[in-house]
Parts: sequence; C-alpha cells; structure tokens
Amino acid sequence: MSDQAVSAPAHGPVIDWVNDFDHTDPRWTENPYPIWDELRAQCPVAHTERFLGVYLPVTFEAVKEVAYDTEHFSSRRIIVRNVRPEVVQPAPPITSDPPAHKPAKQLLLPPFTPDAVKKLEPRIRAICNELIDDFIEDESCDAAAQYSKHIPVRAIAHMLGIPESDSNQFITWIHEILELGIKDDATLMRAIQEMAVYFMGHIARRKQHPTDDLISTLMQARDKNGEPLSDAHVLGSLRLLLIAGIDTTWSAIGAALWHLATTPADRDRLVAEPDLIPTAVEEFLRAYSPVTMAREVMKETTIAGCPIKPGNMVLLSFPAANRDPAVFPDADKVVIDRRENPHVAFGLGIHRCVGSNLARMEMTVAIEEWLKRIPKFRLDVRAAVRWSEGTVRGPRALPLRLGQG
Amino acid sequence: MPTTLKIHVDQDKCQGHARCKALAPELFELDTYGNAHEIGDGTVPDALIDKAWLAKSNCPENAIDITES
Repeated sequence: MSDQAVSAPAHGPVIDWVNDFDHTDPRWTENPYPIWDELRAQCPVAHTERFLGVYLPVTFEAVKEVAYDTEHFSSRRIIVRNVRPEVVQPAPPITSDPPAHKPAKQLLLPPFTPDAVKKLEPRIRAICNELIDDFIEDESCDAAAQYSKHIPVRAIAHMLGIPESDSNQFITWIHEILELGIKDDATLMRAIQEMAVYFMGHIARRKQHPTDDLISTLMQARDKNGEPLSDAHVLGSLRLLLIAGIDTTWSAIGAALWHLATTPADRDRLVAEPDLIPTAVEEFLRAYSPVTMAREVMKETTIAGCPIKPGNMVLLSFPAANRDPAVFPDADKVVIDRRENPHVAFGLGIHRCVGSNLARMEMTVAIEEWLKRIPKFRLDVRAAVRWSEGTVRGPRALPLRLGQG
Repeated sequence: MPTTLKIHVDQDKCQGHARCKALAPELFELDTYGNAHEIGDGTVPDALIDKAWLAKSNCPENAIDITES
C-alpha cells in the first residue's frame, strides 16, 4: 500500500458553509436540510478544502449534470474520505465507468427485477414478524437496533446464500467500512480483508457444490471472451452487494418509522389506509433519502456554470436534489400522498441502484407489518435519537414507546 | 376528430427505476434486466390516460414520451 497516500490537514468548525462545508459536522448529522436550503439559495455548487477538496451540488439540475456526465466525473472513487490512496478498491459496477460498467451491471440486474424480488416477500414478512415478536410485549424498544437493522441484512444474506446468523458480523464490517473507515484507514483495510477471507471460504465451497444464489451467479459469469470474472471483481461485487444492501435500506426503514413516530396524523392515516403505504414509501425515499454518492473530477469542466477543477471529489447529493423546490412543490414538507414524485433517491443515469426494487419491497413490507401489529407508537423521550454520520443517513438509535401516542 | 394518446419509453434514457410499471402496469412491461417498454404500440385506452400521465411524471429519467395523434 503506497505511503504516498495524500492526507488532509486539520480544520476548525464550519463558519462558511458555501466555501468550507463539512458533511461530517454534527449540525449536518443532526439535521442537514436547512443547511442545504441555505446553500441552494446562494449557489448551485458549494465547495470545501476539507477532505482534500470537494464540491457539493445542491440543486436537482446540478446533481443531474454530474450524474449524467461519466466522462468528467468518474466513479472510480465513490466515497469522500480524508485520505486518497493511490490504489482504490474496485467494487464493480459501482466503481466502474463506461465501457466496463454495462456488462458488470447487466450481470446483477436479473436477480433484482420486481418479479425476482417478489419471491422473497414471504420470507421478509416472516422476518419482520419474528423481529416484532421479540419486543411487542415490551413498553419500549429501539426500532433501529431491534427492527430496521436486521431486515435488509437477513434479506441480502438470503439472496447471497450466506447464513442469516452471520448478520452481526456483516453489520460490524459495514460500520467499519462506511463510518469508522472514513477517517481510519487501518480499520477500513482490516474490515475489507476480513470480508474477503469470509467470501473466499464461500466461493471455495461453491466450487465443490454449486448453488443458485448470487455468489454462484458471480462465479458462473463469463466475460465477452468466455473467461470467468477475476477474484478481485467477484469479491468487489460481493462486498458491494453486502454493503449496499444493508446500511442503505436499514436507514430508509428507520427514517420512515421515525417520521411516523413523530407525525401521528400520518401514522394513523397509514394504519387506516394501508394501500397508501407504497406512495408514502416514495415520499419517505424523497424526503429522507439515505444515500449520498461521490465522484472524482477527472477533467476541468463546469457544473451549473460553476468552474470545477480536477483533483477534487464531488459529493453527489441525491438527498439535496430531492429537496429542490424548483422540482418538488412543498419540497420541505413530507406529503405522504404526493402524486408526482420523480425523486432520485436511487440515483440517476447508468448507476441507478441495482437494489431499488428490493429496497422498495423491504420498506413496504417492514412498514406494513409494523403498522399491523404496532399501530400506536411515539418517540421515547427518555433516550435520544442518534443519526448516522457520513455517506448514508439514517437513525442508528430510534427509541420508541409502544402502544402510546 | 378524436385524438389517440401513445406512450413510448426511450430505451437510451430508461434505467430501470420501474416507477411506470408500478403505477401503470397495464401500459408497461419490464424485460429481464428490469428495463421498461410500452406494451404493444403504446396506444393508451381512454380509461388509462390518467395513469399514462402519472407514469410519465414519476419517471426520474424523463424517459417516457406521450404523443397525441
């Protein structure tokens, strides 16, 4: 590993969000939406020297421009960190640019169509109810730790063909890669290495006994020359599916439950009109979009007329785009029966989230089952809600009082 | 002269968000990759006109064209 990895100097607290934003600032972590509203009023693209230089487009149009321009904005780096090592860890197709992107992505699309994902629905419903069984007799629970965290982990484990009982290990790795690893390179590399060893064991077993899960799908894939995918490609894609499938959906389910816990009128309406849940899910995805991506600037260009220099990253804020009043009337209000909602929580362009149909199904089922069994709940004021820091936003602690409110 | 509405999914723009299929399943079909195309020649029966416009307005890629003839 190169020890010429560039690393960032220390900074003080943010005063000027336009020229010195910090997406790991506690104010952003607690409530980023007013910060973006203020930035949007001043400029379409903010900048910071922190994290080795990053741009932040905050309008829908600016985010769209970046997402559609794979020539100037590469996906070879998709997380903003305060080091920029020479060697990047590939995770096809999320880190792939054209032309490598399309074949890598096409391989993963068929198992994630709405019809394919629908087959998993009974298992997800059962998982949700098993989880609820464990705390429904209690007066309170942590809906993040005891409910929303477990659903996507077990779903993706099921699709990958790895034991649901290994869930806690996956959760630890994800925390190390997506949160601790932003600032702690050693932790990031150790987690990636441990995950690789884990998956190599599963790959070895499937060479003896092939299965029909996603791991076998990757092992059986052939490139255009009839060659199997490299170990690095297979491991990178498995790491992607595990990481991408968990933290993101967990966050979205958690944010939806947080909204319902703090907005009893919406909660009661969905209890009375469960057919409205899919529409509400789209609005929760818009208003509480969990995922911010990033790109590396490869060549000098402009975004929304603002000059953009190579050597910087771009924080590709789909959440900020989803709050743009130029596109969404009442953008800052959560309207659970919003009819026109072309939100971009799952991205725009070629990198549209492979797992979007699975995520939608999990969110819908998780909310349906919760509301069937726990129609009344509110925040437990004795403990604090804690939001995650970094690239994926969702509640990591969601203390609720059950049967009240 | 009565007008006919026709929908068409631009295959270069469609990225498989599948909103159209969710909102107007009678009008759209998904392929094995989860990408959408209009059913038949895209003619929209009168009873489905609202759904056609709803699908178009919910496509994040703006991939659905609606033409009158």
